[in-house]
Amino acid sequence: MRIDKDLVAASATPLVLGILATGPSYGYAIQKQISELSGGRLSWADGMLYPLLHRLEAGGHIEATWGASKGGRRRKVYAITGRGLGQLESRREQWSIVAEALHQVWRAAQVAPPPPLPAPARTAAS
Amino acid sequence: MKTENAAEAQIERWRQAQGRHRAMTEDDVAELEDHLRAQMADLRAVGLDDEEAFLVAAKRLGQADAVSREFAQEHSDRLWQQLSLGEAAGAAGRAGRELFAVLALAAGAGLTVLGLTRWLDGGAVLARNLGFAVLPWLVAYFVWRRGARRADVVSVLGVAAALAAAVNLFPFAPGGSTEALTALHLPVALWGLAGVVYCGGWGLAGRRLMDFVRFSGELAIYYVLIALGGGVLVGLLVAAVSSLGHDLGWLVGDWVLPLGMPGALVVAAWLVDAKQGLIENIAPVLTKIFTPLTLVMLLAIVPVMVAAGDLVQIDRDDLMVFDAILMLVVALVLFAASARERLAPAGLFDWLQFALVAAALAVDAAVLAAMVGRIAEWGTSPNKLAALGLNVLLAAQLVGAGVLAARFGLRRAPFASLERWHTGYLPVYCLWAAVVALVFPLAFSFR
Repeated sequence: MRIDKDLVAASATPLVLGILATGPSYGYAIQKQISELSGGRLSWADGMLYPLLHRLEAGGHIEATWGASKGGRRRKVYAITGRGLGQLESRREQWSIVAEALHQVWRAAQVAPPPPLPAPARTAAS
Repeated sequence: MKTENAAEAQIERWRQAQGRHRAMTEDDVAELEDHLRAQMADLRAVGLDDEEAFLVAAKRLGQADAVSREFAQEHSDRLWQQLSLGEAAGAAGRAGRELFAVLALAAGAGLTVLGLTRWLDGGAVLARNLGFAVLPWLVAYFVWRRGARRADVVSVLGVAAALAAAVNLFPFAPGGSTEALTALHLPVALWGLAGVVYCGGWGLAGRRLMDFVRFSGELAIYYVLIALGGGVLVGLLVAAVSSLGHDLGWLVGDWVLPLGMPGALVVAAWLVDAKQGLIENIAPVLTKIFTPLTLVMLLAIVPVMVAAGDLVQIDRDDLMVFDAILMLVVALVLFAASARERLAPAGLFDWLQFALVAAALAVDAAVLAAMVGRIAEWGTSPNKLAALGLNVLLAAQLVGAGVLAARFGLRRAPFASLERWHTGYLPVYCLWAAVVALVFPLAFSFR
């Protein structure tokens, strides 16, 4: 299933911050982890992660240092800052409000008279 | 071994292709290359050979154009330099047309001012109307160059027209100080209006505003260069002709200056856009040269001030000099901020800028006390109030800049917060200029 572009964009910041909250990481590993966490369903065009990382860096939510990969090449490693943790917490609250509201909508939609098509997600999203 | 070399060669070519996009720095490319190599390693682990792994990884990493566009969106400071290049890249024939259009706009600005000097009888009336003669042409240039919403252009020109009507209906007392203050402050307010068109709206989004700051700084450099060159040429012409017994002095005052000064402004604006790389490389160098020099100048003032003792005796004109010094420091700090690589960590130069701000504030604190002393002793006047107001505004911006620069230096805050402070503050000056130009004459009954 392809996830809507806007939804991917909206979830990108909390995902990246959340992954970095568990420890420093670098671009490829972050992207791989997001892909694994979503069972491969949430994947971005590879190069698109970096502009987001740079935006978060410019905003002071994460900071970068240059380390080295196993092969000895330069690797940019990101770590979350205090500011980023604050941002993550605020995003978490926002998302749980949205998730809670959606949850109730799904439940109500199931209790209501049967929808014409077995696609409640589509009617709710439109 | 051979295939490995082939893969390396391919990576090298890929790296060069990425590096050609000016929105990407060497570091950006190195980061993407790390991604590419990690992806290739994973693909090789599931059985692809080097070449296949490269092809798949490169494809996944996105086409160079798409990725660089994303980079460009995030780093609009690097993007804006190629806006014009991207446009101009294809067509050599367009370059000629473009030059023609710019010269037409410059001629329009020059002729408008020339007409104004003939129509109005010089002096104060002319001085306060000059800005209104140039603004429409500059706005026309912005609209032609980067497009603009009709509502923005109409509202900007409407506000300008209302300002023009107001200052020309005011019954100024001849030779009064409010008349001079209005003429002095109107251009600042009008430059703000030009900025609204440049930034594409009244919202004045932070990053776009920073672009406008950079644009203004580079425009000033080009303008000074053109004025210097033009001045030398005209000076030589006048000297050569006068050595043959003719006087060409009238040519300069009556024709060259009214036509050339507004025209050069439009041409300089175009040069900023068209020859981006040129000044862009000079700007950081200039700020690095003049930041320490200005700091030395400020430090040289301090002992003299201390030795002078009672600052209340300082003449008003001298207080204006200190306003000018603060303006120079603010301009330096702003220009340095706009030319700075945003993601670079704090370095020695950032601390130098902090020292500059601190020194300027120390000098200003004494001057501010002196100004208040003067007003307390001899009462207020339009000039004193205008000088004091500007000084307070400048000092407030520098205090904020100093605090944020220190926090940035100590890695407590990102550079972006300093940038936001500056861009958020700039409209204040335009508002203050409008207040001095419009409210002061009314408040001081046009004295």
